[in-house]
Amino acid sequence: MKFDTPAGTNPIDQGKVVGRPTPRIDGKFKTTGTAPYAYERHDVAPNQAYGYILGASIAKGTITSIDTAEAEAANGVIGIVSTLDHKPVPLGPMNTANLFGGGEVQHYHQAIAMVVAESFEQARAAAHLIRVDYARGEGSFDLKRAAPSAEPVEDSEKRQGDFEAAFGNAPVTLDATYTTPDESHAMMEPFATIAAWEGDKLTVWTSNQMIQWNKRDLAKALDMPIEKVRVDSPYIGGGFGAKLFLRADAVVAALGAKQVGRPVKLSMQRPLTFNNSTHRAATIQRIRFGAGEDGKLTAIAHESTSGNLPGGGPESAINQTELLYAGENRLTAMRLAILNLPEGNAMRAPGEASGLMALEIAMDEMAEKLGMDPVAFRKANDTQVDPMNPERPFSKRKMIECLDRGAREFGWERRNPQPGRNREGRWLVGHGMAVGFRNNLLMKSGARVRLSGDGIVTVETDMTDIGTGTYTILAQTAAEMMGLPIERIRVELGDSDYPISAGSGGQWGANNSTSGVYAACVKLREQVAQSLGFNSDEVEFADGQVRAGERSFPLGHAAAENDLTAEDSIEYGNLDKQFQQSTFAGHFVELAVDAYTGEAHLRRMLAVCEAGRILNPISARSQVIGAMTMGAGAALMEHLVVDKRFGFFVNHDLAGYEVPVHADIPHQEVIFLEETDPVSSPMKAKGVGELGLCGVSAAIANALYNATGARVRDYPITLDKYLDRLPAVA
Amino acid sequence: MRPFTYERAGSPAEAAAAAIRMQGARFIAGGTNLIDLMKIEVETPAHLIDVNGLGLDSIEGTQDGGLRIGALVSNADLSADKRVRRDYGVLTRAIVAGASGQLRNKATTGGNLLQRTRCPYFYDTNQPCNKRKPGSGCGAIGGFSRQLGIVGVSDKCIATYPGDMAVALRVLDAKVETVKPDGTTRTIPIGEFHRLWGDTPHIETALETGELITAVILPPPLGGRHFYHKVRDRRSYAFALVSIAAVIQQDGSGRVAVGGIAPKPWRVPAADAALPDAAAAARALTAGATPTEDNRFKIALVERTLAGVLAEARGEGATS
Repeated sequence: MKFDTPAGTNPIDQGKVVGRPTPRIDGKFKTTGTAPYAYERHDVAPNQAYGYILGASIAKGTITSIDTAEAEAANGVIGIVSTLDHKPVPLGPMNTANLFGGGEVQHYHQAIAMVVAESFEQARAAAHLIRVDYARGEGSFDLKRAAPSAEPVEDSEKRQGDFEAAFGNAPVTLDATYTTPDESHAMMEPFATIAAWEGDKLTVWTSNQMIQWNKRDLAKALDMPIEKVRVDSPYIGGGFGAKLFLRADAVVAALGAKQVGRPVKLSMQRPLTFNNSTHRAATIQRIRFGAGEDGKLTAIAHESTSGNLPGGGPESAINQTELLYAGENRLTAMRLAILNLPEGNAMRAPGEASGLMALEIAMDEMAEKLGMDPVAFRKANDTQVDPMNPERPFSKRKMIECLDRGAREFGWERRNPQPGRNREGRWLVGHGMAVGFRNNLLMKSGARVRLSGDGIVTVETDMTDIGTGTYTILAQTAAEMMGLPIERIRVELGDSDYPISAGSGGQWGANNSTSGVYAACVKLREQVAQSLGFNSDEVEFADGQVRAGERSFPLGHAAAENDLTAEDSIEYGNLDKQFQQSTFAGHFVELAVDAYTGEAHLRRMLAVCEAGRILNPISARSQVIGAMTMGAGAALMEHLVVDKRFGFFVNHDLAGYEVPVHADIPHQEVIFLEETDPVSSPMKAKGVGELGLCGVSAAIANALYNATGARVRDYPITLDKYLDRLPAVA
Repeated sequence: MRPFTYERAGSPAEAAAAAIRMQGARFIAGGTNLIDLMKIEVETPAHLIDVNGLGLDSIEGTQDGGLRIGALVSNADLSADKRVRRDYGVLTRAIVAGASGQLRNKATTGGNLLQRTRCPYFYDTNQPCNKRKPGSGCGAIGGFSRQLGIVGVSDKCIATYPGDMAVALRVLDAKVETVKPDGTTRTIPIGEFHRLWGDTPHIETALETGELITAVILPPPLGGRHFYHKVRDRRSYAFALVSIAAVIQQDGSGRVAVGGIAPKPWRVPAADAALPDAAAAARALTAGATPTEDNRFKIALVERTLAGVLAEARGEGATS
């Protein structure tokens, strides 16, 4: 189905199932331990052996020798896969760091060997017996030191008007630099794969967000025809972007299974997952604003510097600044330094998450300089068109409505605008806000739907559910389209043998994958009508019945003799060129800082979101509160600490890399504006999974400033960075 | 994890005797720290002596009105004991500030005293660490040291003793009762139990080879108000940046010990004497500090946290 004109009224608008709060249909499997994750697929291949990865102990250099003799002789060892026995495996188009093979070490904990043994414990013990000699190389590990030599990113500089002149002439200006640290996805389920060969055919049961990317890149890595690879990933214990791509676990499991002639099962040990994976790269962001006394921005510049391995890309922290606020004179640009750290790549809301951490503090600072309320200042600079291409409107932009509703619900007018003046006993109480912004991305997505004689509709697509609730929204979509209760829908996901979907990433999963199911269901409805001898234009699907005029049949009758199967994809025209499609939020935070110790405690968090039709308010809410929690982590504690001498992330486990615990997270409220966006898709939906993160950290930073009067521009905002600015205690 | 042999001891003295029969033997109780370290081969014992089931799991009153806490009493049971909650509140507060409910169910009183540092360079066997591998150097000096020690450290090691319980025991002047392989027993004042690193950071306590902790003795109750304020980057399941254990009397006098800044729970007589002057007490507690750029803030944080505790003791504001 080609979607190239805005959607009119369609069966989804009935809202009998779609849009209703619907508990997860896979919830009972997850809560009873019967949803098998990759490492638990004991039944899929017999005689599984266990793998254990050895990571490089240096950040950069060359392996001169690997002595596996002692390890090979150890109890239970079946085989050892050594990087020196393989050429570097070819990489997929979106990756930089070598996954396996060859003697070059590009980053710490790069996989350099895997032991295969009869038990996990034997594999682990033997891995410690492998002796590796290196020739250590010189590397660049410090972004701050490398930044002056960073190169402009090709085509990244965008200009409009004359920024320098406007900035120079503006009566009120801000010029400030903000830094964000390297962050880790730190998903609960580590990378895990079971690999098995049947002749020249490979199957991997793995944990991956993008099945077709995984299949494509695995075939390339192993230099085999893509049709000989099958990838299966029905349940995923979180990914946040870490599992967008093929990772070392699948590569070495496949190589190991081939080498030992047995299926190999492998989970990357937790201490390796921080350096042997991608991460959100640190940024140094300079923001300059010029505004008139009326509070209108006249000059906006946002320049971001990040680092990556040679050939890697930048953290595109300037994305939102091109679109979020009006202003006639603009400059955005990125620079990229070479760093010999692990690969920087996508983590939840890549670009916007980091960019808004800086931009929305800058907006708070500018509002104060102008003597304006932070909400009013943002409203004054709203734009309904793409500021760089004014003829291009937003398909829907409700930023002001999000802010007004949020301010009202939160009680913003009771905030004391004077920082450090709101004291309750030993607590300094503050309130902060920020705008959330993330684009809506369109991706082709396919599905197959099958009606059987018992009136059950089965949906098959290689779409993934990374904890987001995909199973449920696809079932809701099929139920709405076919006039069935949700109990009569089965959903099968994550198998590369199913039709190719959009996959999960960039908050594009929900809108596109449901639209793919919509397209397939439109076809199935036609087949049903035809099978029952109806004119398809007049048919109504409702209550498990198919009706036209006076005639009515149970849906299953259409498939009484043979199952009816329909397959289609949603494909998009150029509506995303004609219109800018984005999602918006207003984030509001109350926080208290212990005036003695500086400990910051969140007290309340509110997000008001506009993201088109909300397909399932309870799973969407879960997405947003989870994202708000991630934003709290980014604001207050998350930080991959670089050892700048040895070139690695030091705090490479979940004790050292702190993410929020339950006690850190207060009452969270989420409000979705009741909207639809007919330009986005037949579902009229957009994404929320990343919107919920975008802006949260800055709202927290601004609340902390309001509480204490201490402006911290360097994340995470830990107490050591403002302790000396708290009131004297003597 | 390297293969190891295992035995169950029949009595505390037998366990101690068994421990010197085999090179590299270690006792195991809750295993909440030891097993983790064995998995990553920071610890590689050849032999484990299981001391669970030795009958060391009760809390009894002593003749002078104190408590004798068996070495195998779990952290959960100790923190919940009515007598402890009533008379030694600082101890309950310190214990529940640490780890998680699940870990406190397994972790024991004796084992908690012996938990090892959480310095990331100690945990990563690719990195130099004088504590893990004597003579290999210290990765933390010049590296990431925000969490590490500012007083009592050495140029060989700047790790901290990471626990909470022992900080409270230090302020209570507890004693550690042990049995040696020859069957003799002794008591070690808590202040002498943990060692400063000096040139031998791999030697962490006063225990001799094979010596087994059998109990912790609490002196009679001190009265006063009990505080344990643990400052950290998140509100649970994190080690202290700085923690303050204090028992403060009506007149403002009292005792204070600090966690998270030294190789041992840090208590200085001059600090106790300076109370209720927070600044003077903090100066005494951080005298001679040798912080890194990463952890210099701990000097101010000691003073501020102590000032907060003393303010609360005066009835000014709540800590939660």
